Amino acid sequence: MEVSSEYAVQMHGITKMFGSFCALNNVHLDVKKGTIHAILGENGAGKSTLMNVLYGLYQADAGELFLNGEKVNIKNPNIAIKHGIGMVHQHFMLVENFTVTQNIILGNEVTNQFGTLNMKKAREEILKIVEKYGLEVDPDAKIEDISVGMQQRVEILKALYRGVDLLILDEPTAVLTPQEIDDLIQIMHNLVSDGKTIVIITHKLKEIKASSDVCTIIRRGEYVDTVPVADVDEEELATKMVGHAVQLVVEKTPANPGDVVFEIDNLTVKDERKLDAVKNLSLKVRKGEIVGIAGIDGNGQKELVEAITSLTKAESGTIKINGAEIQNTTPRNVIDHKISTIHEDRQKRGLVLPFTVAENMVIEKYREQPYSKGGMLNSSEILAFTKGLIKDYDIRPEDCENQAARGLSGGNQQKVIIAREISNEPDLLIAVQPTRGLDVGAIEYVHKTLIRERDKGKAILLISLELDEVMNVADTIDVIYAGTIVSSFKQGEVDENTIGLLMAGGKINENVG
Amino acid sequence: MKTLVKILKKPITSTLLAILCGFLVAAIVLLLAGYSPASSFAALFKGIFAKPKYISNVIIKATPIILTGLSVAFAFKTGLFNIGAEGQYIIGTVAAVCIGVKLNLPPALEIPIVVLSGVLAGAIYGGIVGLLKARFGIHEVITSIMLNWIAFYLSNYIVTLDAYHEPNSTSSLPVNESSFTMLLPKWKSSEAGMAALKPNKWLYEVMLKTDVNFGILIAILMAVIIWILLYRSTKGYELRAVGFNSDAAEFAGINVSRNIIRAMVISGALAGLAGSLAITGNAPHRIAQMAAFENNGFNGLSVALIAGSSPIGCIFAGLLFGGLLYGGQSVQQEVGAPTEIINIMIGTIVFFVALTKVVPVLADKLEKRSAHHAK
Repeated sequence: MEVSSEYAVQMHGITKMFGSFCALNNVHLDVKKGTIHAILGENGAGKSTLMNVLYGLYQADAGELFLNGEKVNIKNPNIAIKHGIGMVHQHFMLVENFTVTQNIILGNEVTNQFGTLNMKKAREEILKIVEKYGLEVDPDAKIEDISVGMQQRVEILKALYRGVDLLILDEPTAVLTPQEIDDLIQIMHNLVSDGKTIVIITHKLKEIKASSDVCTIIRRGEYVDTVPVADVDEEELATKMVGHAVQLVVEKTPANPGDVVFEIDNLTVKDERKLDAVKNLSLKVRKGEIVGIAGIDGNGQKELVEAITSLTKAESGTIKINGAEIQNTTPRNVIDHKISTIHEDRQKRGLVLPFTVAENMVIEKYREQPYSKGGMLNSSEILAFTKGLIKDYDIRPEDCENQAARGLSGGNQQKVIIAREISNEPDLLIAVQPTRGLDVGAIEYVHKTLIRERDKGKAILLISLELDEVMNVADTIDVIYAGTIVSSFKQGEVDENTIGLLMAGGKINENVG
Repeated sequence: MKTLVKILKKPITSTLLAILCGFLVAAIVLLLAGYSPASSFAALFKGIFAKPKYISNVIIKATPIILTGLSVAFAFKTGLFNIGAEGQYIIGTVAAVCIGVKLNLPPALEIPIVVLSGVLAGAIYGGIVGLLKARFGIHEVITSIMLNWIAFYLSNYIVTLDAYHEPNSTSSLPVNESSFTMLLPKWKSSEAGMAALKPNKWLYEVMLKTDVNFGILIAILMAVIIWILLYRSTKGYELRAVGFNSDAAEFAGINVSRNIIRAMVISGALAGLAGSLAITGNAPHRIAQMAAFENNGFNGLSVALIAGSSPIGCIFAGLLFGGLLYGGQSVQQEVGAPTEIINIMIGTIVFFVALTKVVPVLADKLEKRSAHHAK
């Protein structure tokens, strides 16, 4: 394509190698000014790498970069910022023990005539942006005290505060609720009508349809196509992204629930600030049933999981598995009672990243025969066990048993955790955000696996911030709000909007339910 | 090119490069100070290798720092920074003296009891650090630095006690001979022993002129045991999991507090073992008033860093360190250059070990560039 000042960004023939691995091969991107341009691709397809090249975090090995029709050489993010490029990263870059305001002004501090910080003025400016876009955030809260969803808002605010011309959003909606996503899309439209340009990296087809004008698709580092979003449907986009047709909604037969396996009765859990995060919560999970908990981030899901797994103390109430009470014991005891958990934070709680895949596979079993005997590890048994799971769960690369888990892609790391937890043969499988950050192909795989385990008669508790996921996969949908289950429905009883309303604390008329 | 890249990526290459850099910097410093680097290094190597006695003394000097190096390296592998090896070493020497002076049993009983008393004391001393961290979240660096000073003054206090003080001196009484761990201590200085050793000049010199002792064998054995513990046992698996990611370990049902305490107990025990072996193996077999730390534990830090926290690597790093410390004395005697030059060299090596982490990265670049050229 010709270089022209009509385009905010033009990247031509970008190639980027990591060692001998080719992350991007001759990729093109042409973003027209004043548009929302989506970049679609599976995890590891090279979307983030392409944007990191644009933002100056990586140097391309070949290719040319034009901004507003002029050739530029962006050697580092400072140059990108000078050119009016802002980026909101997938992994937040915030100082944990600073307040929201301090984080937003960091590197761009407002000072008075004596050169000291003018926090009052900074705060006012931030509040203006907060109000303008409805990005409700307490400017005085510390980052470590606010939820992941809130942190995301701070990142977006940070870029807005710097008044960028071109905003890059790397998977910005991963942790937002449906309502928040709608708000964000509205903000994006506002920005664009202000004359700004937005590049959004995502693998969520629905959001592309709702927000974007043009979409560029990348697959395994190769450029596939650039299409006007209005002309294609979701299935077409998915096919281009994955390279073959995929199922967007999982097929499943009706559940055949058996006896109650897991029961929570009147549970109350306090959070770090000693406030009731979970309040008189009760729920039941039966054999052969997936119970999904739908809710907005920060309504007690985290504390609920920590109380079930005995990482946090339950103030009152009982948690029973097969009739045995397990609240306020130890994580080991919970695992021994046949509860396995796929934690939402796979890098913090799920995996020991410097450990090999094999070492990670046995982290709950290393003390059992045949994986160890007489206190000594049996590495050949551990390797054989791992190789079996790598094959069964199609973990890639297929010879990764002795590789550090750190080197695997997000989707494959998640597969390691899922394979491990299911191999425990649990009576209750808890899956918290099991598809967070995964691409369409991997999501389909995870959902199919959960349903397969259900059909084997396992009880499954699915806790997710993705309403679609709960709606599609769960047989029973419990809505959590302010730490308690406010409503419970069978799948198909109600629509997305009703649940979205309940999640936000609304009430429904009796004739709706 | 491929083999070069492969070689550059090996950790040992970085370490050897760092050692080379250490020598280069030392050479520059020597030149600036007006000494000949060539003759200084010649003196250094002569001081290490010229006589069997020297080699023996290097090994003797290396023994405690291999063990304290192992102590620090083990702690590193379990995610802890044991800067308290110095104090744990001192407590080990104090315990060995306290028991070894008062107890006089046949060597077969006396030696294990005295050596193990030092191990136990070091283990408890390290365990305090672990307990404070596990229970109250106090950082191990803070507590162990404070405990270093407590050990230092406790040792000086014990020396002054009537029960242990050697009259008209600044030292304690020596431990009983039955606890000595030298090779055949009585026999070698008897007439029969001297006669037997005489024909072999090498043995004669090593046996009679130095305190050849079992310590090095124990140090090597411990390095192997620690390696097996870390990489082959379930306990080591737990310790490493907690060290790398305590959140994931906790979630998987591993008791994090218990493993922190366990790691510090083992780390302290190794440093304590270094202390008690130094008392039983080397003259003067006693503790003395200290004016400053003797650095047996702190040198362990350098050893662990040079070894990249590899237990087996600690053996070689400890020997290198022992050689530089011992051979360095000859530099002063023969060339007149101050022994501080050795400290500069050691410091530079540690510095470059940290710096040469970039070597594998550079190797990557080299690989890429050659790939480009190939195109």
